[in-house]
Amino acid sequence: MTTAPILTARGLAKEFRGFRAVDGVDLDVAEGKVHALVGPNGAGKTTLFNLLTGFLKPTTGRITVGGRDLTGKNPEQVARHGVARSFQITSLFPQMSARGHLELALASPTPLGWRFWRSDRLLARYRDRALELLDQVGLADHAEMPAGNLAYGRKRALELALALALDPKVLLLDEPTAGMGLEDVDRTVRLIQQVREGRTVVLVEHNMKVVSSLADQVTVLQHGQVLVEGPYAEIRHDPRVISAYLGDADVAH
Amino acid sequence: MILRLLAGSARGRLLLAIGLFLALALPWMIYPPIAMDIACWALFAVSVDLLLGFTGLLSFGHAAFWGSSAYVSGLLAVHVGLPFPVAVLGGALFAAVIAVPIGYLAVRLSGIYFAMVTLAFAQMIYFIANQWRDVTGGENGLQGIPREMFGVDLSDSFVFYYVGLPIVLLGLLLAWRIVRSPFGRVLVSIRDNPSRARALGYPVDRYRLLSFVLSAFLAGLAGGLFAISHGFASLQEVYWTTSGNAVMMVVLGGIGTLWGGVIGAALVVQLNDYLSTSEFDGIGIVTGSIFIVIVLVFRKGIWGTARDLLAPRLKRKRPGGAKSPGDDPAPAPAPDVNAPA
Repeated sequence: MTTAPILTARGLAKEFRGFRAVDGVDLDVAEGKVHALVGPNGAGKTTLFNLLTGFLKPTTGRITVGGRDLTGKNPEQVARHGVARSFQITSLFPQMSARGHLELALASPTPLGWRFWRSDRLLARYRDRALELLDQVGLADHAEMPAGNLAYGRKRALELALALALDPKVLLLDEPTAGMGLEDVDRTVRLIQQVREGRTVVLVEHNMKVVSSLADQVTVLQHGQVLVEGPYAEIRHDPRVISAYLGDADVAH
Repeated sequence: MILRLLAGSARGRLLLAIGLFLALALPWMIYPPIAMDIACWALFAVSVDLLLGFTGLLSFGHAAFWGSSAYVSGLLAVHVGLPFPVAVLGGALFAAVIAVPIGYLAVRLSGIYFAMVTLAFAQMIYFIANQWRDVTGGENGLQGIPREMFGVDLSDSFVFYYVGLPIVLLGLLLAWRIVRSPFGRVLVSIRDNPSRARALGYPVDRYRLLSFVLSAFLAGLAGGLFAISHGFASLQEVYWTTSGNAVMMVVLGGIGTLWGGVIGAALVVQLNDYLSTSEFDGIGIVTGSIFIVIVLVFRKGIWGTARDLLAPRLKRKRPGGAKSPGDDPAPAPAPDVNAPA
């Protein structure tokens, strides 16, 4: 890694009533790379993700994005500092159209949301950009459909478009292919490959095929700590990684 | 849907015309002071719906704003001699100002906790109104509030209705504007999914606070006008049952429908008036039973159910068209306390 890290974590820890879900994690995400966080269930991936996006406050440790300290900031402040996230469980506004979602996301850096005395038709000024983003994720034909009526794969695509609408420096994707059929997984991988251009992506993912085809760098977590870090080709044969996964499989089945 | 219609379609203009006609004809159909009561309660209920139906927060302490504005409007009219619309505006601004600290502390919570905190603050206001006799008159209430404007005597209830009605209509217009604004769009998204709204960069608590303050302002307009209309402000105005009444009107009319509150108010005020003149002293049992039946039979309230019956015909006009936020009375997390899901 020669490029400077855009997102760093130092000694990041989160304790829930004595249980350390994330336990002293150091992380450097290089600018312009796709960085995957993997690990067995309960390794602390989602907790780490929530710490990085401000949804949880760390017990100790520091987070910086682009050199700016974001430790302890609210989710909305983190979002404004250029870190956009998607959710593991699809998280949308069921009655709002796909286009409505994107208009809202595009309006968020502006003070338009406070204008309670103006007509909501003003949001139509983001219409063109919203349709462009929908087209990018293959939802151009579903712009007017309420999000609640979209098929699962399309909801995930809308999630991605929402994150992109914030034009983030760092895009954090929480299991973007969770619960998808093979066809949707391939489509999503192609989509992420397409949108990663010029962006930094941090990705929590279970599907090793997805990780191998997307990630430049992989961090393997276990028991809230970093087990191994390196390019996918290196870590896949690491005996510690194999035993971590097999050990988990034994517990799960 | 109705809101969209009001924005310009023929059916919307028709409904608006019917509504305005009814508002203007009301004192001919029923006893004028009751007509004024309906108008005030309608605005109060709409202010509660702005929070409950469009922000997802159940306030159980809105009597604090209705009642404190009633006292402040009355005091301004009695001691300063302000024309009544100015006194009412002063009362509403006072309600909005006290809503800032109350809301600041309450919006961090949601569901039943939000309801309890707002109730607790309303009880504090009640306590102050009860204890501060020199100003509020204590249990006797604040009496002798003049009903005049620039020296013109408005003691005739029929005349006063038409002078007071514009305040209510302006309040309703403001509520409608808020719901159909970019701000209203953000509120509905916060109601449906606060985490997602946060992840998009919207400071959820501050949006909730502004909604709370605007709602308190509207409740204050209604309460101030109510006090002027009656010529006195009593402890009843800050009592918790007043908050409960407003919530009941919203649930009856339909949560998240805005105009449902108007229907709920008309129904409850009329019913209370009818029952109180009928020498029957179990009013609570009758209104309670009607409340239960309506909630069980029409889960979306009267207006919400009527709108759903109209909806299929309208949907055909816009095939594949998305419903806009705020068009559907989706029950927010908070109202589950009242309405069975």
